[in-house]
Amino acid sequence: MAQVVLQGVKKCYDDVEVIERLDLEIREGEFMVLVGPSGCGKSTALRMIAGLEEITAGEIVIGDRVVNELHPKDRDIAMVFQSYALYPHMTVRENMDFGLRIQKMDRAEIDRRVNDAARILGIEEYLDRRPRQLSGGQRQRVAVGRAIVRQPSVFLFDEPLSNLDAKLRVQMRAEITGLQRRLGTTTVYVTHDQVEAMTMGHRIAVLKDGDLQQVGTPLELYESPANLFVARFIGTPPMNFLPGRVAGDGAQIVSEDYGFDLPAPLRAAVRGRDGAEVLVGVRPENLRGDRREGVGATTTLRFQVTLLETLGHEVQAHGRLAGHELVAKFQPHNTPEIDSEVELHLELDHLHLFDAATELRLSEGE
Amino acid sequence: MSRRTDSVGHLWLHLFLLVMVVITVYPILWVLSVAFSGGQSLAFADLPPDPGVLDRLRAIVPWPEQLTWSNFSDVFSQQPFGRWLLNSTIVAGATTLCGVFLASTAGYAFSRFKFPGRRAGMMGFLVSQMFPGTLTLVPLYIIIVVWLELGSNFLGLILLYSTTAIPFCVWMLKGYFDTIPIELEESAKMDGASALTIFYRIILPLSKPAIAVTALFSFMTAWNEFVLALTIMDQEIMYTAPVGLRFFVGGYAEQQWGYFAAGSIVAALPVMILFLILQRYLISGLTAGAVKG
Ligand SMILES: Nc1ncnc2c1ncn2[C@@H]1O[C@H](COP(=O)(O)OP(=O)(O)O)[C@@H](O)[C@H]1O
Ligand SMILES: [Mg+2]
Repeated sequence: MAQVVLQGVKKCYDDVEVIERLDLEIREGEFMVLVGPSGCGKSTALRMIAGLEEITAGEIVIGDRVVNELHPKDRDIAMVFQSYALYPHMTVRENMDFGLRIQKMDRAEIDRRVNDAARILGIEEYLDRRPRQLSGGQRQRVAVGRAIVRQPSVFLFDEPLSNLDAKLRVQMRAEITGLQRRLGTTTVYVTHDQVEAMTMGHRIAVLKDGDLQQVGTPLELYESPANLFVARFIGTPPMNFLPGRVAGDGAQIVSEDYGFDLPAPLRAAVRGRDGAEVLVGVRPENLRGDRREGVGATTTLRFQVTLLETLGHEVQAHGRLAGHELVAKFQPHNTPEIDSEVELHLELDHLHLFDAATELRLSEGE
Repeated sequence: MSRRTDSVGHLWLHLFLLVMVVITVYPILWVLSVAFSGGQSLAFADLPPDPGVLDRLRAIVPWPEQLTWSNFSDVFSQQPFGRWLLNSTIVAGATTLCGVFLASTAGYAFSRFKFPGRRAGMMGFLVSQMFPGTLTLVPLYIIIVVWLELGSNFLGLILLYSTTAIPFCVWMLKGYFDTIPIELEESAKMDGASALTIFYRIILPLSKPAIAVTALFSFMTAWNEFVLALTIMDQEIMYTAPVGLRFFVGGYAEQQWGYFAAGSIVAALPVMILFLILQRYLISGLTAGAVKG
């Protein structure tokens, strides 16, 4: 077990700067997810931790050693690749013990570890097969098995589930988190899928264009996204946004088509900023067709329904409010007609305010 | 209806193919016949002064009056053909080893490492293939025989053949290495493998098809080559098989077509055997299952 610390890490390919400056601390035993859209530098960050890419500047610490100059094999880490990268000419057993054989580990110990890992992952019957004789999910398990037999102090995963079908992905998600909890090994997990990030990580680091946007627990990210990007990225369906202006000494948000009073905590965030342009963020579950009890103050907005998606336990209604596309939620047996205009309840205590210019969250105490 | 036209089409196709097969096989049959005829003559029947159709037909059918191994045994006992075959084997074998070893290491470097002169090197190899071999004959003679004093020496010929074969082999192997996913190597690196371990235990086993082709190509380059060997090897004892064969015919002495034919057949066997051995490696899909599902 070991902590992983990135201090001012920078990465350039020739003159292209991929990561400008990354500071991130992954605690001992933690499951840290690096999430962000494709091309934002997640793999690059992971590969720098692995030692597969040199770092242009900064420092990477694993355990209590600075590993900048260390070869991957000396960093005490194991990595699972997106493409699995199994050795096609070796059996599953040989794939799993390749690293141990190179270390010239005792044969009995090798067999014990491989058999243990195979049992945990349920691949005992495939040990003598070759990778091409396995299904995608089985290959994925072998790739994970190859990492755990090494008993490293850090696991690195680079989008390990993206080649699996949806159902298997959910299953492997649970298996990997279960495995990590059991082994307690520090883990850095890269994905572009925010659902994976939310469901798997102890903490999540959101990256965009090589810049760290926010680090926090899944709930922290969901409930107080630090900026517009995180607000949009985390949660499905994504958060709705309505532009407006601060008025009444921070007491109200107004625009030509709507206006409402802010609850006390949010007033504090925009006090003294009358006239400032803001974006009001509201998640679909807080923009509802029904009036829920115990959610604090609400206000009503009028909404033109354009599309209904019935999920069973609820209905997602897509529609327009003064030219802005919004998604709201309805009870399954009380749905509006398409093209009709209905009233929505906006739950004011769950609003998020963002500065329209800086795109940063406006919150109390600032 | 369409069946009829189909089978008519097939008939013509078969006829055409049959003619092509005869054209291809006829010279080989002729060589076989000469070899097994026991004589040294290229023809089997002399035309009478006033030949009829049957006489002419008899003359073009490659069938000797008797079948005997005598040419095969004589070519070894009466002539130093065994020694020439041995020479060829030494030169071709060494060229193959040298070619495969150097080309696989060089091809790997070209495929995976970035270094100054990488592009120029690859282009250089390509350009060197564009010149006909005879163009380089004189400078090569000067280098090998005059400067290095390797005339009538195995080393000289091995050197020449290796340099001829390696450019193609490097391109061939580099192209194949390029198709092996880099993640496999990275994965091995994470497993603690050194560059050498990765090369020998991951890359080479996965490259068997390409290595087989390279080996076959190197061997054939050396085995079949005639002009360079004729130029470099000027002692009869050092001849390679193709050079030796040439001295059975074309001189001022009696033409020994029987030896020539028997020798040619014997000389063709090793290449055929090698091909059969290497054939089982010439299968695709060795990297199947490496990446993705
Ligand atoms: N070897 C490389 N040379 C140049 N640019 C690269 C290289 N590898 C990645 N990049 C660039 O770095 C950026 C981040 O890549 P990557 O870390 O793979 O993104 P992600 O894994 O988040 O999708 C991309 O814009 C990509 O084009
Ligand atoms: Mg990636």
